Amino acid sequence: MSQTSQQPRRVYDLAHCRAGDKGNTSNISVIAYDEQSYPFLRKHLTPARVMQAFAHIAKGPVTRYELPNLHAFNFVIENALGGGVTISLNQDVHGKSLSTVMLEVELPGDGPAGS
Amino acid sequence: MAKRHSVRVGCGAGTSDDRLEPALELAERGGIDYLVFECLAERTIARENLARSRDPELGYAPSLHDRMPLVLPACVANDIRIVSNMGAANPASAARAVRREARDLGLRDISCSVVVGDDVSEVVKRMPELPLMETGEPLETLLPRMVSANAYLGADLVKAALDTGADVVMTGRVADPSLFVGTIMHEFGWDYQDWPRLAAGTVAGHLLECSGSVTGGCFAWPGKKDVEGLASLGFPYADVSDDGSVHIGKPEGSGGRVDVMTCTEQLIYEMHDPANYITPDCVLDITEVRLSQAGENRVKVEGMRAKPRTATYKVTVGYFDGWIGEGEVSYAGPDAVARARLAGEIVRDRLKMRGFSYDDFRIDLIGMSSLHGRLDDRPVPYEVRLRVAGRAQDRKAAHAVGFEVRTLHVNGPGSAGGGMDPKVRQVLAVKSVLLPRRYVNPQILVEGEVA
Repeated sequence: MSQTSQQPRRVYDLAHCRAGDKGNTSNISVIAYDEQSYPFLRKHLTPARVMQAFAHIAKGPVTRYELPNLHAFNFVIENALGGGVTISLNQDVHGKSLSTVMLEVELPGDGPAGS
Repeated sequence: MAKRHSVRVGCGAGTSDDRLEPALELAERGGIDYLVFECLAERTIARENLARSRDPELGYAPSLHDRMPLVLPACVANDIRIVSNMGAANPASAARAVRREARDLGLRDISCSVVVGDDVSEVVKRMPELPLMETGEPLETLLPRMVSANAYLGADLVKAALDTGADVVMTGRVADPSLFVGTIMHEFGWDYQDWPRLAAGTVAGHLLECSGSVTGGCFAWPGKKDVEGLASLGFPYADVSDDGSVHIGKPEGSGGRVDVMTCTEQLIYEMHDPANYITPDCVLDITEVRLSQAGENRVKVEGMRAKPRTATYKVTVGYFDGWIGEGEVSYAGPDAVARARLAGEIVRDRLKMRGFSYDDFRIDLIGMSSLHGRLDDRPVPYEVRLRVAGRAQDRKAAHAVGFEVRTLHVNGPGSAGGGMDPKVRQVLAVKSVLLPRRYVNPQILVEGEVA
């Protein structure tokens, strides 16, 4: 699929994600579909950008770990799960659906075409 | 029996309420040597501890009576040994239950070894100064409400339990990957000084521990990440060799897919620092891991490394923390959202008027804001479901939440449909402490005659 530089681009176009939980912390993987997208994501999907996207859900902080061999990142977002799985009033106590908040993060339009 | 150079370990369950049939498929057609069931969520032991205090024979995972009869005939026929943490708060009783199930099926006598000693509640009661990992506060603050304290034991105990020769191993709290690592350590006689091989076993265990999550479950995405045969999703196995090489696969003909994408998602799942993933057996580093397709639905895993295990066990402390009450009702058609919002405000006001207060309280519109908030930014749907939830120390206050949602039918905005009875449940919360290893003294017991 080709895209022009004018279209809004999201993480969704370039990567797949899964969310996991430990206590009140969410970890969300961002795995580039191809090698070419990895440096682009590395440049634009910064911890600050992710914190901004999750500001209405999590207090943070956000830490980004890089896994270049896997073309992947692991974002660890603290204070994200309403106090933790066992006491949270959230409908999604494990925060499994938070991976889709990551997929919706908008990126600059001049990167790789994606899949 | 001739010594094997490669062992195949299957995952028969990755959560307490996982599907049943994939384990049978592994046992019948998977060519596996060991079948591991991981069935203990963080607070399951706390709940089972309460069950045991009511009846000394209870306290193990009730699903044992569904899972074991299903797989035992095939496991006996194919010489497959079973390892599971279904023992929860009462692994000895679980072992007796497995033997009864085998007897009822007319199978040969089954021997069961049992790992005990993960229960450290008496130990930590004498150590009120231990800091909670989550808050730094002393454990003392939870002690009056504590219902359980269990250390995450390691693979050495699973290995020791298998070394007895027993057909089945039942444990309480053992770290998820360690259940798998223990089978491999037993098979090849690995020890805790063998870092490259411990890394191999731990990465295999980590990839297997969530069952179908590495075969296309928790992954499938129509049009983006399609998965064939998701309805008959197969569960994974790992082939681990005595030189430490690891391949992940699934039974031929089962649904799902095993490839670099599914393995990458599971590899990073529930990790924090990928260079320091702490288990009771080692500190795993996956930053140099390479995954490659080694055949259809077969992935080779290389490059994992490990550092020595830490000096402490992680202990999960279960404690009572009040009550959660919930209620729901739906609205559709014109002004559905406005009516639902009004209804939510009325419930909040009425609870306040009745004098109840809450540690935490929330109003969600399912269909708009219940998962990710930001109600005001969301597009308006045709129908919406109001959900109100509150947590309080007082059960009456929690019950009142659902009660006041139900009364909306005749006391709230028009055309409310599909209400429900008030939901209320006691909160079993968990926090963690680190306990030096010397305070934990696990033991192996055997039920039945080992052949």
